[in-house]
Amino acid sequence: MSWLAICPLEDIPSLGARVVAGPNGDIAVFRTADDRVFALRDQCPHKGGPLSQGIVHGERVTCPLHNWVIDLQSGEATGADSGCTHAFPIRVTDGQVWLDLSGATGDAADDPAAAPVACREAG
Amino acid sequence: MDTANEKPRLVLIGNGMAGMRTVEELLKLKPDMYHITVFGAEPWGNYNRIMLSPVLASEKTVDEIMLNDDAWYAERGITLHKGRRIERIDRVNRRVIAEDGTEAPYDRLLLATGSDPVMIPVPGHELEGVVAFRDIHDVDAMLAASRAHQHAVVIGGGLLGLEAANGLMRQGMEVTVVHLMDHLMERQLDAEAAGMLRGSLEERGMRFRMAHQTETILGEDRVTGVRFTDGSEVEADLVVMAVGIRPNTALAESAGLHCERGVVVNDTMQTYDPSIYAVGECVQHRGATYGLVAPLWEQAKVCANHLAEYGIGRYEGSMTSTKLKVTGIDLFSAGDFTGDETTEDLVFKDAARGVYKRLVLKDNRIQGAVLYGDTLDGSWYFQLMRDATPVADIRENLLFGQAHIGDSGHGDEASRVAAMPDEAEICGCNGVCKGEIVQAISEHKLFTLEDVRAHTKASNSCGSCTGLVESVLATTLGGDYSDAPAKKPVCACTDHSHDEVRAAISRDGLKTMDAVFEALDWKTPNGCHVCRPALNYYLLAAWPKDYQDDAQSRFINERAHGNIQKDGTYSVVPRIWGGVTTPAELRAIAEVAERYQVPTVKFTGGQRIDLLGVKKVDLPAMWRDLGDAGFVSGHAYGKALRTVKTCVGSEWCRFGTQDSTGLGIQLERMTWGSWTPHKFKMAVSGCPRNCAEATIKDLGVVCVDSGYELHVGGNGGVKVRATDFLCKVETEAEVLEYAGAFMQFYREDARYLERTAPWIERVGLTRVKERLVDDADYRAALYARFLESQEVAQVDPWAERAAGHAAHEFIPITPVDAAPRQGVSA
Ligand SMILES: Cc1cc2nc3c(=O)[nH]c(=O)nc-3n(C[C@H](O)[C@H](O)[C@H](O)COP(=O)(O)OP(=O)(O)OC[C@H]3O[C@@H](n4cnc5c(N)ncnc54)[C@H](O)[C@@H]3O)c2cc1C
Ligand code: SF4
Ligand code: FES
Repeated sequence: MSWLAICPLEDIPSLGARVVAGPNGDIAVFRTADDRVFALRDQCPHKGGPLSQGIVHGERVTCPLHNWVIDLQSGEATGADSGCTHAFPIRVTDGQVWLDLSGATGDAADDPAAAPVACREAG
Repeated sequence: MDTANEKPRLVLIGNGMAGMRTVEELLKLKPDMYHITVFGAEPWGNYNRIMLSPVLASEKTVDEIMLNDDAWYAERGITLHKGRRIERIDRVNRRVIAEDGTEAPYDRLLLATGSDPVMIPVPGHELEGVVAFRDIHDVDAMLAASRAHQHAVVIGGGLLGLEAANGLMRQGMEVTVVHLMDHLMERQLDAEAAGMLRGSLEERGMRFRMAHQTETILGEDRVTGVRFTDGSEVEADLVVMAVGIRPNTALAESAGLHCERGVVVNDTMQTYDPSIYAVGECVQHRGATYGLVAPLWEQAKVCANHLAEYGIGRYEGSMTSTKLKVTGIDLFSAGDFTGDETTEDLVFKDAARGVYKRLVLKDNRIQGAVLYGDTLDGSWYFQLMRDATPVADIRENLLFGQAHIGDSGHGDEASRVAAMPDEAEICGCNGVCKGEIVQAISEHKLFTLEDVRAHTKASNSCGSCTGLVESVLATTLGGDYSDAPAKKPVCACTDHSHDEVRAAISRDGLKTMDAVFEALDWKTPNGCHVCRPALNYYLLAAWPKDYQDDAQSRFINERAHGNIQKDGTYSVVPRIWGGVTTPAELRAIAEVAERYQVPTVKFTGGQRIDLLGVKKVDLPAMWRDLGDAGFVSGHAYGKALRTVKTCVGSEWCRFGTQDSTGLGIQLERMTWGSWTPHKFKMAVSGCPRNCAEATIKDLGVVCVDSGYELHVGGNGGVKVRATDFLCKVETEAEVLEYAGAFMQFYREDARYLERTAPWIERVGLTRVKERLVDDADYRAALYARFLESQEVAQVDPWAERAAGHAAHEFIPITPVDAAPRQGVSA
């Protein structure tokens, strides 16, 4: 694991998101009402909508394009939809947000077929 | 499950439709709250009783109508005792005891024992071959009889009797229906419709003995015939009694629970013993008992809410409507159609086409409806009836249906959903066609609009196809479909409706979203993408000066002040007052477009210029440049005042009667920046030639020689709706007052995401006129409230952002430490 310091926690609005430019495309970093953070590839499994622009609620985000609801923890679509976007390890220590991009440098990010198996079998 | 013993125990008696629906609703709310045990007298899992009619008619199989099989119960850790009738409830020790001795202790008990078919105690009613029509056993008995025998008699010409008769006829039997009255389904139909129904059933070969009373059922072991009180007889090898049902209260009564016609419950579905709840046909609520599923669904929801200890939601009784599930016969009835001196009848009859419609009006509102042969508008009439919408203004066209109300030529054939081919697209936004919806409904056993939305995405975006989807549901499920319950919750986070939430916000002075969540027992910690934008709007509308707008509860368009496009870029639309601009402004826009390499520059339908394909990071800088040239945001992204479209009017046009352009600019200056339940558009035309298309706007002004005609409730969207005429005024000042008052009334009354067109159809134009035209004081007060809230609303969001407000929204994070660091402790 290689942790990268992203920003102080307060730079992410509560129930909101910020975008980090990753080596293979944008990564959305979310903050919940109880100050937990999550990181997902900023691409909805439906038609690639920017999840960072969605409304965050509970531990989920609703994609702004067609309202799929994505689980922040797993990156999986919830409800009757199925599909998954890559989730990155992320954590907060002393008010500082750390992101692990090692999973984003390989092929997995660009090639949906290389995404974790659990993702594709969802639903 | 080792924790099972620590959880409270919920026992359900009656594995039927209402009881299991309650359990399902409860599992949605609190899946792990109880250890659940279910007792059912029938030897099957839970099945869809309504579908027994299609099973009898061989249109469905028993397997197809199972709702939850054994595996379903097992997966959810529910103990199911099939084929075990509960014989006794021991309230002192809180346990139930079944016939075979099985016992189960409970902390909460749910009674859903349904009802028993009434068997007329005439001699011979116990003979072999005499059956009721209630469960799978009865259907099996009828199917067996139809294979071995020829003659069937159905006693009872009501809904159930006719469905039984139809099914038996489809099995090849000769069927005679015996009815006590001289017209069929007298509780649902008037004489005219009943006559037409009887005619078409006779054409199919059904025989009738009207006004006949059964005296004896003949036969030694097996039934052989029926004799009537007038001495006549008919031959029969099968007699089906379908004369009514009686709430099954025996068990409750023996346990000492207060029963009248049914088990008496209060608005929270509790019996006189507060730890015992009851739902379904066995209950009596506010004096009423019900024999259809729609009310039971509502009861189930309320009951589950209380079992989950949310403690909100009351059942306040239901209005019901009926459809007959006989293929090829369309029949709909709702409400009370026994008119008197105080009611009026609207009747339409076309005997050749076999169409008959009758609406009974009282005080301008629909009180009852009977439709035969063409039932497409049944759910619309029902809605109008339930909402008590005044119908005076649409009276002339009411009988011709919704497609003919304020609609410029759409609908009718297109909305004949039943006749649509499977490939017909229902939801344009999500590309869902009819076949997919029908398949999802049957495969996943969907009952509600919400279910269909979740599984198919149909009606999940702009919502304009909601009516079509509801029709598909209705045609697929037949009488099974219970359309919208009287009260629709805002979303799955709450049981409260939009109207209740709004009322609570003003009544209880709730001024933050958290206060609403707490006061109304929201089920989720911070709502969802459906309720949060609605609450944000309601709070803002109620407390324009006190409420702190919540950006995170706004859809991205409003948060980023531009329209998000399919590729994640945005579009920028500067406000151009009344559609009038100058060469200098055009030059400024052109320069900005070039500077930021805007790929597409386009005129909008509302006389504005759209700059499409802008990257989000560029937005603030672009806005600053536009702001320097004097532009403010056009709010083309918002549930807000969009544009005021104008024609050139008296200034240039040879027909113009008034200064339509100038008036449009005044209107826009007054109203820009105001948030509304949905987008709001206006237009001013200089004469009735109407070049600005004012009669399809939310508010349209048509200038005439003697003043200004005001029109409201138009919509040029998916379902085109022409405006309703509101009134005529004489001065520009009055136009401004009416416009402000109308917008304010809409802002205070409509539900979030409801445009003026459906809002007016729901509440009735009469009501809008009463407040706005007839009541000058009320109008003045509305106008004053509008102006007051505008004092703080007209802040240009672009200028704020250009000056650095909410910068985080537009600037991506650059990691502070580009070199990866190892080993941060966990
Ligand atoms: C043929 C038919 C067609 C219908 N068509 C329509 C229609 O088109 N539209 C509509 O809205 N409604 C229709 N109905 C009515 C609808 O089915 C009922 O309103 C609904 O099923 C009532 O639900 P319930 O849970 O109250 O009762 P039920 O579904 O009858 O469930 C009660 C259950 O409790 C069990 N039970 C009773 N006592 C005990 C005990 N002591 N111990 C254990 N179990 C017990 C019974 O065996 C039964 O399974 C139809 C009904 C029938 C019979
Ligand atoms: S609406 Fe009348 S006044 Fe306006 S441009 Fe058209 S013809 Fe002229
Ligand atoms: S792209 Fe996210 S829901 Fe369609």
